[in-house]
Amino acid sequence: MLRKSLLASLLVLTAPMSASAHKMWLLPSETVLTGPNPSITVDAAISNDVFFFNHHALPLAGLSITAPDGSKLAAENQATLRYRSVFDVALPQKGTYRIAALTSNILATWEEDGGRKFYRGAKEGFASKVPAGAKDLKVTEAVGRVETFVTNGPPTVDALKAVGEGIELIPVTHPNDLYAGESATFKLIVDGKPGAGLEVEIVRGGIRYRDAQEEIQVKADDQGVFSVQFDEACMYWLETSTADDKTTFPAANGRSLRYSGTLEVLPR
Amino acid sequence: MNRIRPFATPGTALALATALTLALAPSLPAEEMAADGGKLGLKVEIPRLNVAEYHRPYVAAWVQGPGGKDVVDLAVWYQVKDTGDEAGTKWLPDLRQWWRRSGRNQQIPVDAVTGPTPPTGERTVKIDADQLAKLPAGELTLVVEAVREVGDREILEIPFTWPPREAGAFQAQGKKELGKITLTVAP
Repeated sequence: MLRKSLLASLLVLTAPMSASAHKMWLLPSETVLTGPNPSITVDAAISNDVFFFNHHALPLAGLSITAPDGSKLAAENQATLRYRSVFDVALPQKGTYRIAALTSNILATWEEDGGRKFYRGAKEGFASKVPAGAKDLKVTEAVGRVETFVTNGPPTVDALKAVGEGIELIPVTHPNDLYAGESATFKLIVDGKPGAGLEVEIVRGGIRYRDAQEEIQVKADDQGVFSVQFDEACMYWLETSTADDKTTFPAANGRSLRYSGTLEVLPR
Repeated sequence: MNRIRPFATPGTALALATALTLALAPSLPAEEMAADGGKLGLKVEIPRLNVAEYHRPYVAAWVQGPGGKDVVDLAVWYQVKDTGDEAGTKWLPDLRQWWRRSGRNQQIPVDAVTGPTPPTGERTVKIDADQLAKLPAGELTLVVEAVREVGDREILEIPFTWPPREAGAFQAQGKKELGKITLTVAP
């Protein structure tokens, strides 16, 4: 049982577009606000059922909150609970905030004493945990971004500029300007370059109360651009992933990349 | 949300408006303002509701061009007074259409536009010459949006042509959060 859940956790961070992968998500209490210093609270979790926290808390170590002017903000009241993490974000500036949880892990599996062993963790811990000359060693660098967007007053885009590392969602339609019955367009980039042909899965929240996933599958074009029509107002979860060999970790055979975003679509 | 478009297309508005005018007696509200291009008058009815917990609604009335562009605000009524640590402006984004089209780009309060929600009844919206002067010529839409705490959201739209070639009155009837909306135009 333990092994199975550990394996599942491993899959979360390795398998691109795997059906068994658990969904990682941030759920902001609100995305459209106004006031001199409004606050939001955010749930952060890993689960199959968006947006119900029933599996794992999302680690907050890699939180990265970008204010409208591009500066970094610290999250307040951080806590990691049994099934979810929570934190608050104060929004003193007008404009759009980019709230992300970044992961950069090394995943290693090897043969030892007649069974598979594995390591998942920071690059720094690799050398001490993985025996030198391990048999049948497979090492992957996993780079992930889980994010959402929140706006105080007018939507702005300064905080949404490409960082240039991993998969990013660049707005064509602003992510806090999404409405039911309208089409929205986004651009995916990988290390700052167009994410040509990336496959995107989009799932509407509230999944516990319906039988079918009703997921939307779309494929980005040569420029990494894709459009989606949101039929209903709801929180939506979006994910795309890919793999390549552009790892910066010498012992790694390759790199897996994942992007998970939460977008709120409002009624018109 | 309940949305009513009383006319299928702006093109038919004039003909239907004439029919409505006959039923209405085309007297214009006294507060109506005249500009070079024409006159515009607006009355908004906030209905009396028999509910256990009543809060006055937030109401926005504005005119927009095709595609929700060229917005000119006529009135925004909300709870101006702060309650505890929450500014009264906190819930303005619940006027979702208005927030998208106009509110989020403005500094609240806005002179001659924002104010506290009046009690129930039919209220005449004060429209000043500056607001009228901002109206672009063409096929426009009056939009009135209301949202109430622990209540519903409702939007009414009335298309009209600006500047008007003849006097007319247009009406829309809300179902719950809004009562009768009356828009009058005259050259």
